[in-house]
Amino acid sequence: MSVIVEGLARRFGTTAALDGVSLAVREGEFVALLGPSGSGKTTLLRVLAGLEPQEEGRVEIAGQEMAGVPARERGIGVVFQNYALFRHMNVFDNIAFGLSVLPRARRPRRAEMAERVRELLRLTQIPELERRWPDQLSGGERQRVALARALAIHPKLLLLDEPFGALDALVRREVRRWLRGLHDRLGITTLLVTHDQEEAMELADRVAVMERGRIAQFDTPAALLAGPTTPFVAGFVGEAARLEGRVAGGVLRFVQPGLPPLAVALPDGPASAFLHPRDVVAHPAPEGPLIRLARATAEGTARLVVELADGATLDAVAEPQGEWPQRQAACRLEITGAQVFAANGARGAAAPLRLAEVR
Amino acid sequence: MNAAEDPRWLRALVAALALLVGLLLLALPLAAVFTEALRRGWEVALEAILEPDSLAAIRLTLLVAAISVPLNTVGGLAAAWCIAKHDFPGRRLLVVLVELPFSVSPVISGLVFVLIFGLQGWLGPWLQARHIQVIFALPALVLATLFVTFPFVARTVLPLMQEQGRAEEEAAATLGADGWQIFRRVTLPNIRWALLAGVLLCNARAMGEFGAVSVVSGHIRGQTNTMPLHVEILYNEYQFAGAFAVAALLALLGLVTLAAKSVLERWSGRAVGEAG
Repeated sequence: MSVIVEGLARRFGTTAALDGVSLAVREGEFVALLGPSGSGKTTLLRVLAGLEPQEEGRVEIAGQEMAGVPARERGIGVVFQNYALFRHMNVFDNIAFGLSVLPRARRPRRAEMAERVRELLRLTQIPELERRWPDQLSGGERQRVALARALAIHPKLLLLDEPFGALDALVRREVRRWLRGLHDRLGITTLLVTHDQEEAMELADRVAVMERGRIAQFDTPAALLAGPTTPFVAGFVGEAARLEGRVAGGVLRFVQPGLPPLAVALPDGPASAFLHPRDVVAHPAPEGPLIRLARATAEGTARLVVELADGATLDAVAEPQGEWPQRQAACRLEITGAQVFAANGARGAAAPLRLAEVR
Repeated sequence: MNAAEDPRWLRALVAALALLVGLLLLALPLAAVFTEALRRGWEVALEAILEPDSLAAIRLTLLVAAISVPLNTVGGLAAAWCIAKHDFPGRRLLVVLVELPFSVSPVISGLVFVLIFGLQGWLGPWLQARHIQVIFALPALVLATLFVTFPFVARTVLPLMQEQGRAEEEAAATLGADGWQIFRRVTLPNIRWALLAGVLLCNARAMGEFGAVSVVSGHIRGQTNTMPLHVEILYNEYQFAGAFAVAALLALLGLVTLAAKSVLERWSGRAVGEAG
């Protein structure tokens, strides 16, 4: 079901956890709410679930206005951060809970309920855990139980609050793929809260980047990486390094020495540039910045950490087809592109300067 | 400094000291009560207990406990639930109020009831005009016991409830459970052992309360005398055999309660008893 949020605000004392959030999620979409801690993403999720009151603004789920609808009548499946399994119930009873609290007239019979629970256990690939207790389960197993429990009520919307937080890195990646596959099969509109951009980028159709109670940018992962609209998004998404400089006559010169100027269509004045490691190419040179670290990436290319003259470091890559770079060797840095933001927020894509352009 | 780094002899010494103090101050008096009660044999002790005034005191004590313990269980549970699971103005105040009976002398709380319901008290004339007897009767005994034993249930379940947080309740709400279903199926089962321990402690104190009850009871033999008060009267009248026999029975009731609590704790496999 579609979700429409307009101008949502929620304050805790004087601090605004949500400060005018607007968001439109399409039916069947997988959306990630990505942001640092304190950006309001969990509060937004809790307002959607009906666990926090909305103070201003509007929430519409499947065309229905949600103000004043209590959590228990929303029919939204929630997987909580630490899963919040009922510790005194076994896995079967945890999953059956949502069915067992239905009004008598709509409550399925015992056999039907058991059938539904077993079906969910199969779906989440944990049929052998039926009689186990929550404290006997691993993090990944708990997560699956929590998901099965949320799915039991046939939710029209699924909300996941940092669902991978309690898992170790190895399990995380595998569970992520599995979850995305499950979403594609069931087609339930899903909102995921995370502070891990890799997770958001891999899982979601679209990512809403949140900053201090607002949505800074809402777009596909590719578009976020290619065209961040604010310095915050540029710095938070991807692994871009932030470098300060000054634009004069369409040329950006960096404060740090040893970096080439770039061409950018921005007004004169101070500017911040965001450089992705792949946009910084180190060429062997007799003198210049020093290569401090060199490691191989999974793709077999070299990822470098280069130390600039003033001691700052910058992530870079080695020139393609070049020799494997030596540590402590000097290099010349080529910058093939950058996202640049002027002080007034204007944005421009910088490109290498062609000689003819130097005035 | 870590406890494990302490020399072995020091640990042994401290443990021995603690045990000695415990034996001297706690176990010895209890043993003395039982020896004294049985000094002249079972028959004498039994006779003292079966004497009509003693029986009346036992009956009254059990009645007061039977009324006040369930009331305080519900009240204490409600207070702890409000404090642990909800935010509201005055929450801190409620925490203080719950602990108030622990810090106020029972005698004073008894006097307060006399002040309110006594003949010279605020409600005294109004009550007398309607022939309602509160002070020196069962209602005052129950009220005084309620006041003194209120914290036991609340203080036993509150730390556990706070530690468990609200996540499970919230999960239950998103799954469609209403307030009562959440309480009955999620909150209550999670604290059942602590709750039972609190109820038992509350019961032990309700039966043994002396100070507050003494002020409001009037000490009418066979009518408003509870067991602790009866023990005092018998003792003051030099009826040592009877006094110690009733005292021994009272101590026994308390011990049984404590034993039940220990069994419960071992049974539940968790540390539930944080109050005490």
